[in-house]
Amino acid sequence: MNLKTFKRGGVHPPENKFSAGVPIQPLGIPERANIILLQNLGAPSVPVVKKGDKVKVGTLIGKAEAFISSNLHSSVSGTVEKIDDVVGFSGYKTPAVIIKVEGDEWEESIDRSPDLVTDIELEPEAIVEKIKEMGIVGLGGATFPAHVKYLGSPDRKADTLVVNGVECEPYLTSDHRLMLEKADEIMVGIRVMMKAGRVDRALVGIEANKPDAVENMRNKAENYPGIEIVPLKVMYPQGAEKQLVKALLNREIPSGKLPLDVGCIVNNVGTAFAVYEAVQKNKPLIERVVTITGKKLKKTGNFLARVGSPSSMLLEAVGETMPEGTRKIIGGGPMMGKALNSIDIPIYKGTSGLVLVDEAETWRREPLNCIRCAKCVGVCPMGLEPYLLEKLAKKERFDACEAESIVDCIECGSCSYTCPSALPLLDYIRYGKTNVMRIMRERRQK
Amino acid sequence: MNPVILYSLATLGVLAAGAAMILFFVARKFRVDEDPRIDEVADLLPGANCGGCGYPGCRGFAEALVKAADAGDMSGLNCPPGGGDTMAAVGAFLGAEVGEATPMVAVVRCGGTCEKAPPKLEYNGPAKCDIAHKLFSGTNGCPYGCLGLGDCVAVCDYDAIHMDKETGLPVVDDEKCVACGLCVTACPRRIIELRPKGKKNRRVWVNCINKEKGAVARKNCQAACIACQICVKTCPEKIQAFIFKDNLAYIDTDKCIACGLCVPVCPTGAILATFTPPKPKPKTKPEAKPEPKPASEEATS
Repeated sequence: MNLKTFKRGGVHPPENKFSAGVPIQPLGIPERANIILLQNLGAPSVPVVKKGDKVKVGTLIGKAEAFISSNLHSSVSGTVEKIDDVVGFSGYKTPAVIIKVEGDEWEESIDRSPDLVTDIELEPEAIVEKIKEMGIVGLGGATFPAHVKYLGSPDRKADTLVVNGVECEPYLTSDHRLMLEKADEIMVGIRVMMKAGRVDRALVGIEANKPDAVENMRNKAENYPGIEIVPLKVMYPQGAEKQLVKALLNREIPSGKLPLDVGCIVNNVGTAFAVYEAVQKNKPLIERVVTITGKKLKKTGNFLARVGSPSSMLLEAVGETMPEGTRKIIGGGPMMGKALNSIDIPIYKGTSGLVLVDEAETWRREPLNCIRCAKCVGVCPMGLEPYLLEKLAKKERFDACEAESIVDCIECGSCSYTCPSALPLLDYIRYGKTNVMRIMRERRQK
Repeated sequence: MNPVILYSLATLGVLAAGAAMILFFVARKFRVDEDPRIDEVADLLPGANCGGCGYPGCRGFAEALVKAADAGDMSGLNCPPGGGDTMAAVGAFLGAEVGEATPMVAVVRCGGTCEKAPPKLEYNGPAKCDIAHKLFSGTNGCPYGCLGLGDCVAVCDYDAIHMDKETGLPVVDDEKCVACGLCVTACPRRIIELRPKGKKNRRVWVNCINKEKGAVARKNCQAACIACQICVKTCPEKIQAFIFKDNLAYIDTDKCIACGLCVPVCPTGAILATFTPPKPKPKTKPEAKPEPKPASEEATS
């Protein structure tokens, strides 16, 4: 069978999807929830609770004040202990609402019954408002506030909703499990998003290494008009929105433009599920599916974790202490994830998984000289020249970096992954990219 | 003669004459008058183009100097690497009064040695502070402390700053440092500061920039400023050289008389001096002036 994929670049790292067969289980309730205020791309939520306030599950604790920001709700019930700095995913201390847990009392407005609600009653504007109110962010990893994509614009109209069920990152299986266990909910979520975006076609891209998910979703999609499931050839980084749009629709998103410019809205299947729960069940985004996996772990798993639970709870849940020889704990997938400072870092809306990797997998070799093999150029999905960008960034020639379109880099890490000389390509490209973006910002302000 | 050669010579000759005329008029029309003194002043400057003066290179500074000399006010202009001699030579050439510049030196304000702030994490990314800084708070957990990857060393044009392998911190060579300030901007955490060298090389500084609460800072580093403010209270009342802000003490160099009283009282040893500080004295005699002693390295280590 000739499967679709994106045309340019890409790599295929070992999949290692150990936890694909493990059903999603609830993680349980932490003793104390540290809910970080910056849970989304953009501006942090502004806290609306203070020390001593009683909160229930689903109570609003942070409000979106900026345009690109999201509401934040309590994931537990209890008393607000304080608003203090805790070490977050950024590696630095960031402000968080710390809630001491007492019982598990939910807001009455939340429909906790397992019944599927298929009738979409709300009008498009009301749906977008609801998505915003319930603090939904993109659950693929970038945590972009979901409602912003549906605000629409007068001169650009979407015709297709692209749903990302690719999960191209090795190890992670949270979306895979969701597609197996909550396919109906995802379908309704997609219908809700289609209504909100005023589109009548939705394409769900799923990589062919998840045949059970493809089949399950296909069976369910028959009952929902306009939704088509498209199996895709396994290729990293297919889950990146530009690559996914190219693979599914053969449309290229120009440099510096958004999917909406080519008539698409892109969302993750996890987001579709969250949208279903928000719009149909009135439930804010307070929990998400997180994978815990690693080669050395005897048991791996997928857990429905409350936002703000410490990451160490995942390890306890699979009944393990830290396995011998673990060198690095990665939050997110191994390709784009970030090593954690500590195992106690709270789970946030963007945590798709926790991957424990050992020395052999993580330790970088001593970088050698570039041998001009151009492998990095071949795998770059954005058509950039990573070896050149690395050199320019290293020499701080940021003007040349800008001319070589460094800001188009999606930081997928394919170049570093493939480099036979083990050069820290992405590290320096990121260094150059942040500097170029700073320079561009300063120029705009002038 | 071969007519081909003749024709080509003639054509080229006409072309050359035409081009010469155009060039002549263009050069006339767009002539830039430049003060000849600028070149000569630039020759007097060290020519390192370090940017320590705040101008783009030595020539840029020379232009500024000539302009300032014409205006009759050369205060505020200083060439840190050249020092007083260079500025005096420039002043003599331009016939203007040169402002007195305080000799400065780069000071590394972090005491998080491998011993005092033991690393809890490993980092094996590229050896560049800026990259590590954007990734995490550092191997020892201090979000303000030195990352020890040597961006300051790499940027120094004067071989004046080196990494101490034992402590993992950069050490400034006072003799070689010309206070150009390149390391100050190279450090992503702004740990390095230019401070006056002080009379007879006597200076006192707080060797920490951690703004966290005392207990939090102490957790990561035994040498952190813990915001106890004993130093602030120890400083003679007439002097009051300490600025205490955001859980951090800072010594105002304009006010500090480098008496060194605050050095021994700091419970974490976060205040350093280039001289042997006096022993703590009872509060009744706050204004003790110790005998000036030559700079000793033991206090900085």
